[in-house]
Amino acid sequence: MQDYDVKYLKYKTFINAYCPYCNKSFNVKDKDHDYLHYEAVFKGQEIDLKLSPYLDVFEIVSSVEIESGEVLEDLRCPGCHESLIDPETMCGECGSHVAKLTISAYAKLLPFFVCLKHGCEWHGLTKADERNIKLKIPRQEMPEQDQKLRVRNFQEVPYGFTTELAQLEAGRCLQCTNPKCVNGCPVNVDIPEFIRQIREEDYVNAARVIKLRNILPAVCGRVCPQEEQCEAHCVLGIRDKPVAIGNLERFVADWAMKTDAIKAPMAPPKLNKRIAVVGSGPGGLTVAADLLQLGYTVTVFEALHEPGGVLVYGIPEFRLPKSIVSHEIEYLRMLGGRIELNTVIGATITIEELLQDYDAVYLGVGAGLPHFMNIEGENLCNVFSANEYLTRINLMKAYRFPEYDTPKPEGNKVVIVGGGNVAMDSARNALRCGAAEVTIVYRRSRKELPAREEEVRHAMEEGINFKLLTTPIRFIGNDISWVKGMECMRMELGEPDAGGRRTPIPIERSNFMIETDLVIISIGTGPSPLIFANNPNLERNRWGYIVVNLETMETSIPNVYAGGDIVTGSATVISAMGAGRTAANAIHTKLSGE
Amino acid sequence: MYEVLRKEEMADGSIIRLDLHCPLIAGKAQPGQFVIIRANEHGERIPLTIADCDAFSGVITIIFQIVGKSTALLRGFKAGDYIKDVVGPLGKAAEIDKVGTVVVVGGGTGIAILHHVTKAVKAAGNNIIGILGARSKEYIIMEAEMRQLCDEMIITTDDGSYGTQGFVTDALKKCLDERSDIKLVYAIGPIIMMKYVCRLTEKYHVPTKVSLNPIMIDGTGMCGGCRVGIGGETKFCCIDGPDFDGHKVDFDELEKRNSMYLKKEKDALLFSIR
Repeated sequence: MQDYDVKYLKYKTFINAYCPYCNKSFNVKDKDHDYLHYEAVFKGQEIDLKLSPYLDVFEIVSSVEIESGEVLEDLRCPGCHESLIDPETMCGECGSHVAKLTISAYAKLLPFFVCLKHGCEWHGLTKADERNIKLKIPRQEMPEQDQKLRVRNFQEVPYGFTTELAQLEAGRCLQCTNPKCVNGCPVNVDIPEFIRQIREEDYVNAARVIKLRNILPAVCGRVCPQEEQCEAHCVLGIRDKPVAIGNLERFVADWAMKTDAIKAPMAPPKLNKRIAVVGSGPGGLTVAADLLQLGYTVTVFEALHEPGGVLVYGIPEFRLPKSIVSHEIEYLRMLGGRIELNTVIGATITIEELLQDYDAVYLGVGAGLPHFMNIEGENLCNVFSANEYLTRINLMKAYRFPEYDTPKPEGNKVVIVGGGNVAMDSARNALRCGAAEVTIVYRRSRKELPAREEEVRHAMEEGINFKLLTTPIRFIGNDISWVKGMECMRMELGEPDAGGRRTPIPIERSNFMIETDLVIISIGTGPSPLIFANNPNLERNRWGYIVVNLETMETSIPNVYAGGDIVTGSATVISAMGAGRTAANAIHTKLSGE
Repeated sequence: MYEVLRKEEMADGSIIRLDLHCPLIAGKAQPGQFVIIRANEHGERIPLTIADCDAFSGVITIIFQIVGKSTALLRGFKAGDYIKDVVGPLGKAAEIDKVGTVVVVGGGTGIAILHHVTKAVKAAGNNIIGILGARSKEYIIMEAEMRQLCDEMIITTDDGSYGTQGFVTDALKKCLDERSDIKLVYAIGPIIMMKYVCRLTEKYHVPTKVSLNPIMIDGTGMCGGCRVGIGGETKFCCIDGPDFDGHKVDFDELEKRNSMYLKKEKDALLFSIR
């Protein structure tokens, strides 16, 4: 035994030990620190032991307790007392004797070998073994803020992966030679490559790989509907759960942000061509970043006083902290992008004027016009569009009234009409603003709720009521015209419509009242109107959205491009970014070809 | 950041005039349009109608009465200071044609906006009767400027400290009774004033335009906070207005919606004093 030493362990995620003799796992615990970094000196050498809070991933039979700084003579399984150091093992690389230790990230599955002569490390498994092992690692869940606590603060709900969790989750990726996930991503991030970089613990490079294709990784890691995109294509998803690509993206982006590791790449040679981007939402930022990196001079015009579009006025702080958005936008400035705030294109400057000064114009103005139901009492006091409600809270920081001047809408019994992500955001915001009871009223059933499953789950966990198959028919006001109630009708689902969704039909004489003092209407939005002011040449479809050539995103006005919600109607952050990517490529092709 | 070039206090400091350096806005602004102003990082976004503008020097003028926290905050600005955000020009420009004789009715701070509109009414070649009203003498602002534009001028004060004692509606009724050539009335002022002007002109079948100033956030059609009932339909004041056919406006609804945050305004003011 004297000659054999454990040098160090490759992964810093060593959580548990497994005895190959009695087939049981145990963990090594520091008495004083529950799961903090622990350095154990083992036979004169330091071992880096990191104990994790997520021990329940494994079935732990027993644990060995060690004192801080205690020197272990040997590491024996607490079950059968067999030493875990095997003097007979030979190094697979150089043929020398090695110590064998079965403490690893994969616990009982993945043994580790460290060659004492040359320090080689390997786990002595075939590709097939490795694959089987990977298939046995369960999808890692992201730790979240406690349900009871979080409804009283505006801090982010999911905490993000720890390094340990990220390593475990990244270990699940099969590194397919023909990865399907990349096609599922509207901006085609090289997903297997960034996950491989995580496995290599090279988080800076992982972040670089993502940033190459996606300028807003910390945003997308949080708000993308990965379950419908990259993760829907993951082959692991066929038999088990797909790799948590979104959570890993968030981990990498947050890591890069925290360490401030990502610097702007070297500025490319200037092309002497100017691009105007209208709207600083996710689509506009993508166009801007792509073209800046090709050497164009880019100016982004924003109507509001802060850049970010829906990322700052729509998505709440507890789902997407604003400091993250501003950090990602800072990167655009690092690339050399200029952002002109308080500039409404269509009012302050017209598209024609932009075309005089710029070689191409991209319109990413979104679909910001809130829809109302046009029913009685909709203009009563304390009836809001979700847009207004969320803008007050998020952009204007009304939740910190009176420190910030914009008044916060208040209500005790809050009703949200609609079932999309925006409805969930509004409901959860209302709860955090102090409402005693928050109810979501939706005209179809649970299955048809358009919101992401994760958002619905969060809302339900937080105690938001769902009144499904219900629709309001009028609002009732008190003597000073503040809303006090809502008359509703029950619905049943009829035949599927053209889109495949079953049409809700009101049930006669099913009327009933809901008491409420704050109503938020969240039934969707239409195209932002001002961009069309004085612009009859800009062709629109019958819903009022801009008509584009889908291959280039060019509109009916030459050199004017458009993408995102203003073309498709309300969709996702990432699909707007995908459209921006397409437009940026087309702009580059056209301008460099001319 | 937008520089304050000039500041003037009127009516014992309760009405403020600020000239702001906003070249892009000044180059575009038409009578009837407004800007959204946010004084500082913690400020609220409030709509203020452009009272005058000069494209050549890049200056817009806003005139407002101190009513709450945000306007009180703006009062603290002096020449050389910078306002955080000014965005515009927003809303539709007032549509003004040559119709003959037009009565322009202004109440209180509304006179400031009316002044900008009256310039356009004059430029279109109309004959103008001006009726200006306020609580008392010191609240009649921009009288000299208005006199230059109007062919006739009537001034009323509630307390009789200047002009005729009474309301603008009294003077307007007299005009309508005496003359039959009035083709249009333009009324800008407090909601209650516009409401009674419209009631009166409806009886005389004289088309009446009003300029509304509801609560807004973005001013670009995004929040819907500024929705007003116009002839049974809901319109967004920021993109469909701010000028509307006064006979169709649901003034009662507007008045209630505008008073939604009165208590909050007080809280905000108290907080800032503390």
